[in-house]
Amino acid sequence: MTENPTADYEHVDEDIEAVVEDTELPRRLKDEIYGIVEEHEGISVEQADDIAKATETRYVDTRVDPLDPVGTVSAQSIGEPGTQMTMNTFHYAGVAEIDVTQGLPRLIELVDARKTPDTPMMTVYLDDEYADDRERAHEVVWSIEATKILALGDVSTNVADMVVRVDLNDETLQERWPREDDVGEIAQRIADTIEDALGVETRRQGTVIQFGPEQPSYRELLQLVEQLREIVFKGIEDVTRVVIRKEKLDDGGEEFVLYTEGSAFGDVLDIEGVDGTRSTTNNIHEVYRNLGVEAAREAIINETMDTLEEQGLDDVNVRHLMLVSDIMTNRGTIESIGRHGISGSKESVLARAAFEVTVNHLLDAAIHGELDDLDGVIENVIVGKPVAIGTGDVDLKMGSIGGGTAKEVTDGGESEIEPADD
Amino acid sequence: MALDSPKELGAIQFGLMDPETYRDMSATKVITADTYDDDGYPIDMGLMDPRLGVIDPGLECRTCGQHSGSCNGHFGHIELAAPVIHVGFTKLIRRLLRATCRECGRLSLTDEEKEEFSEKLERAKELGEDPNDVLKAAIRQARKAGRCPYCIDQSTGEPTKQHDIKHEKPTTYYEVQDVLSGEYSELIASAMQPDPDDEDDPGMAPQELAEKTDIPLDRINQILSGEFRPKADDRKAIERALDIDLTEEDMNKLMPSDIRDWFEDIPDEDIEAIGIDAERSRPEWMILTVLPVPPVTARPSITLDNGQRSEDDLTHKLVDIIRINQRFMENREAGAPQLIIEDLWELLQYHVTTFIDNEISGTPPARHRSGRPLKTLSQRLKGKEGRFRGSLSGKRVNFSARTVISPDPTLSLNEVGVPRRVATEMTQTMNVTERNLDRARRFVSNGPEGHPGANYVKRPDGRRLKVTEKNCEELAEKVEEEWEVNRHLIDGDIVIFNRQPSLHRMSIMAHEVVVMPYKTFRLNTTVCPPYNADFDGDEMNMHALQNEEARAEARVLMRVQEQILSPRFGENIIGAIQDHISGTYLLTHENPQFSETQALDLLRATSVDTLPEPNGETETGDPYWTGRALFSELLPDDLSLEFTSSAGDDVVIEDGQHLEGTIDEDAVGAFGGEIVDTITKVYGETRARIFINEIASLAMRSIMHFGFSLGIDDESIPEEANEMVDEAIENAYEQIQELIETYAAGELESLPGRTVDETLEMKIMQRLGKARDSAGEIAEDHFGDDNPAVIMARSGARGSMLNLTQMAGCVGQQAVRGERINRGYEDRTLSHFRPNDLSAEAHGFVENSYRGGLTPKEFFFHAMGGREGLVDTAVRTSKSGYLQRRLINALSELEAQYDGTVRDTSGTIVQFEFGEDGTSPVKVSSNVENEIDVGSIADRVIDNEFTSEEEKARFLGTQEPPTNLSEYAGPGLNKAGTQEVESDD
Repeated sequence: MTENPTADYEHVDEDIEAVVEDTELPRRLKDEIYGIVEEHEGISVEQADDIAKATETRYVDTRVDPLDPVGTVSAQSIGEPGTQMTMNTFHYAGVAEIDVTQGLPRLIELVDARKTPDTPMMTVYLDDEYADDRERAHEVVWSIEATKILALGDVSTNVADMVVRVDLNDETLQERWPREDDVGEIAQRIADTIEDALGVETRRQGTVIQFGPEQPSYRELLQLVEQLREIVFKGIEDVTRVVIRKEKLDDGGEEFVLYTEGSAFGDVLDIEGVDGTRSTTNNIHEVYRNLGVEAAREAIINETMDTLEEQGLDDVNVRHLMLVSDIMTNRGTIESIGRHGISGSKESVLARAAFEVTVNHLLDAAIHGELDDLDGVIENVIVGKPVAIGTGDVDLKMGSIGGGTAKEVTDGGESEIEPADD
Repeated sequence: MALDSPKELGAIQFGLMDPETYRDMSATKVITADTYDDDGYPIDMGLMDPRLGVIDPGLECRTCGQHSGSCNGHFGHIELAAPVIHVGFTKLIRRLLRATCRECGRLSLTDEEKEEFSEKLERAKELGEDPNDVLKAAIRQARKAGRCPYCIDQSTGEPTKQHDIKHEKPTTYYEVQDVLSGEYSELIASAMQPDPDDEDDPGMAPQELAEKTDIPLDRINQILSGEFRPKADDRKAIERALDIDLTEEDMNKLMPSDIRDWFEDIPDEDIEAIGIDAERSRPEWMILTVLPVPPVTARPSITLDNGQRSEDDLTHKLVDIIRINQRFMENREAGAPQLIIEDLWELLQYHVTTFIDNEISGTPPARHRSGRPLKTLSQRLKGKEGRFRGSLSGKRVNFSARTVISPDPTLSLNEVGVPRRVATEMTQTMNVTERNLDRARRFVSNGPEGHPGANYVKRPDGRRLKVTEKNCEELAEKVEEEWEVNRHLIDGDIVIFNRQPSLHRMSIMAHEVVVMPYKTFRLNTTVCPPYNADFDGDEMNMHALQNEEARAEARVLMRVQEQILSPRFGENIIGAIQDHISGTYLLTHENPQFSETQALDLLRATSVDTLPEPNGETETGDPYWTGRALFSELLPDDLSLEFTSSAGDDVVIEDGQHLEGTIDEDAVGAFGGEIVDTITKVYGETRARIFINEIASLAMRSIMHFGFSLGIDDESIPEEANEMVDEAIENAYEQIQELIETYAAGELESLPGRTVDETLEMKIMQRLGKARDSAGEIAEDHFGDDNPAVIMARSGARGSMLNLTQMAGCVGQQAVRGERINRGYEDRTLSHFRPNDLSAEAHGFVENSYRGGLTPKEFFFHAMGGREGLVDTAVRTSKSGYLQRRLINALSELEAQYDGTVRDTSGTIVQFEFGEDGTSPVKVSSNVENEIDVGSIADRVIDNEFTSEEEKARFLGTQEPPTNLSEYAGPGLNKAGTQEVESDD
């Protein structure tokens, strides 16, 4: 910062600036003090100094103490409310129509970093021109929701002629392909899709498509119908249902938001009309693949916070969730918490052995000739040494009587000691 | 040879052990399977040889000369008659067999490939990845080779061909070779016959075959007659000519000795390339030739009541191994047939396998005579009760006590009442000096039974003497400076107190001792929330601290008052609960008036001993004090606070005077009571402790003054209200009947994304919920504001309006898995209903109230819902317990550093600043964006309203607040008055 921080304040003179800038306060609080000086239209330097000092005292008091075992505290702060959560998995979050896993199972799922959540779901926000208009919003819906044949018309089998007859509904076709004018054309596209997928010849008459097995076979005919039902004609295969909802904006306006059952985040981001900056999924791995680790970290924080909030545990400090999320994404990919992730990749053999699959870790360590330096917490508990965390991380020696220096720090690199509480 | 055990461990090196090392460290070779002779003495070179250590008291170890207790025991060894495979390494053995050459033992990788994997290994180590993954990849690469790149097969002149290795679990390996089929002549002959289905096929004459294969005709004839086995080249030529396969798979069993020989040939640099430490873990050491015998101290035998000895599982297993080992040797020397030798070899393998791990899949576990599977080496390490989790990560400790807890409102929240029995058993070490010599002597002279007595003394020469009733007087006189006295716990000592499950750090807190009669630990009721304790039989643990450092740490960091704020949400977790809240509610709700006697009575348990100016005079001219004024006496003089409680009541406190609003749970309660929270953060923990203590005392006096009880009649509502409730429910029934009819007629419209059935269920549920609510409202209207249950619900002391509704109005719908009850018989829940009855009462709607009583059917449905709740709780505790264990394990190494970063113990940065801004979660409430109110600070400074310089200094933080280390040593409200009591020894 080269420019003068107090240039905008009329009543802040150099002396006031000097006393305020002299504190350890962050920019935000310093500016706030200047703002107050401004408000009072000038105060004495002594008063400014007192304000700055008092603020600094309180600010320093709210900092985390050095050597605070923040990890354990965060783990406890998430684990403890776990005992108060429900096991009842299904509950409607936000949208009544879509069931989402909630409560403790969802929390476990997130911490496990499962490849796919139990109930994948996306929240899709729309670009401006699509968000206000129900018609246009629907356009996006049709390009997301997997459209299967049953949604487009009736399917009947004619056993006598050994044909499957698909009666497409004109209106539905027009609705789902709003950009296309000719219904016949749409029907032709559908016929082509069927040909590609099933490898059969189709005959089309208007919006009626007929086809049958090459050799007359009752079994094959039924099989064709089964297969036909699975074909996705439009939209994304993984998204089985899309619910459209009108939601209030902060500025009083309204917009349409889509909620999907099933998740295919990468595909959705490519669809026209989707606002990629706001849309999300509850599958953290999809976020990671499409938007990177930092986004994944954010997603883990948001998902865990939402899960806790839904259970009425909204008082849990986000900072704890941040720490969990940060350790999960620390190596640049999403790692689970547990034997296959963080706990399983610890450096110390003893720490791993003490967690799970004890014997295998010991045998592998022998083969690779591993050396346990006994740096961590668990190892030191095992061998009965003081743990290098919290008060155990401070080496404080009392000087001998008359030895001159009363206190002496002997810790490796650290040159400061924690100011005592009292 | 005794290994000196180190005082402090620097690092631990893992590796395999060389059989020679086993022999070197062995105290004796073990050759007899017997343990004790007829006289009960251990047999020499038996499994209980006294050179392996001693367990019987009085005996002397023949290796180190020490007695049981101080001798750690010594390993012995068994010379195995034949090598056997170590079960733990079967997978690695298979991999190595597949990846190395059967002739020269070299890894089937080119030098470049080896280089590549070495680099990958290095990289994996840097990144902290599993080296096993690299090993697996290298093995896969080596298997592709097929032929050894380094050696030439003498018989063929080609690079040696590698055969596939088959592994039969657990410990058998086969080499799969292609050899000439025994029926080669028949195979060739039939291939030469013309194909009967194909008329064009004329078959093949021997002459023709000879031409095609370049084999002389007479040799072909010899082959065809089975007199001559074709060599590999000829075989291939014939195979090609006739398009047949003459080979069959032959499984050649690899004995452990073969594998050992094979592995011995693998050069060091080759195994280094796949990440095996060649210096410490030669692969041939995975095949055991010598078996170490654990010292007897690791497998002590127990003497039963009848004098019989019962041996440890490991001893049993070792007996088996030695027996088979001996039989093996005898048979081999006697020249027994190969078949018998192999059988015995396999048996030996089985016993060694189960000695190491008795839970191998595919192998029947070795069993005790009673049929219980033996607990062998692996089982000793594994699992919750295993060595690692059960004995190393968690240890049993001395100086601990456990008993039932009970409440004592006269204690401070920092204190714990310790029964005399416990106090006389648990000791603190007192270093006798010039200054405490008299006190120390007094402790000793009181003996082990008198209360502030002593149990042991330690002389400067290190001898420990037990203080007994007989010698205490005598001993007391002998006590001099530099002695140590283990004195009993006395008032003011600091101890650690804990209630399981220890879910957060407030589950373990330090308390000051108050020695009391009777047999329970006593606590102030305000510390129940952090421990999650109640008094229905809960037990808690207490630990006496044993050194000065621990005591200082406990006092400064762990004392209850230091834990008032919870790091989970940054607000107070200790505060008024239950009756305290009812008490303050009664005291402040309608701001009642009290006479002087009454007011003094209310405040008598607090430190306030003078009343303020009266609030006014009654009609008779007597002065009176209001509830709020009395409450204000406990507040800090300069506290100003305004907030709206969740009940919607505006509370105003100005300059330490409570002016408006009702003090309820949101004001003084645990879990974020506004006043307690503010006092803790602004005025410090000591002030907060005093405030909470006094609030509790005042509230108890207050609730006693007003009288507070709850009986069954408090939940009854008038007859007309009952009728209204019935009517509301009747109404709902009618509407549901309509819904069902619409549904039956197929006219019900489904909600988007739901089936018609689901829609109906949802609508019925909704309607019944509404019915319950309206019943509740009716009931609520008929309760007076002075109804104790209502007071409790409103103030947040206990219970909710919903509970009250269920007691007085209607219990409502019972649910299982979030739905109406739908299980039971086919198409109906109980046989009392017609099939497919969709009505409310057939699916668990309880229309009665708890007070009115449930019908048998309702009772049954209610029990179903209740059962689900119980199951849910049981499942939840185990799931969340495991989640917590994993979280703790993953995060336990993280620590904030002096530079503000969060790092693990190996120095990896996890966060550059804790929680992105370095704010402590303890000091700042989770829902506050900006904790520091610069505006109000500025106002105070500018208005300059400080009564003293000291107050100003404290406000500015230029003066540290005085330390409070004990309940008995001020500052502030000095509980013990002027009485001087030393806090610690």
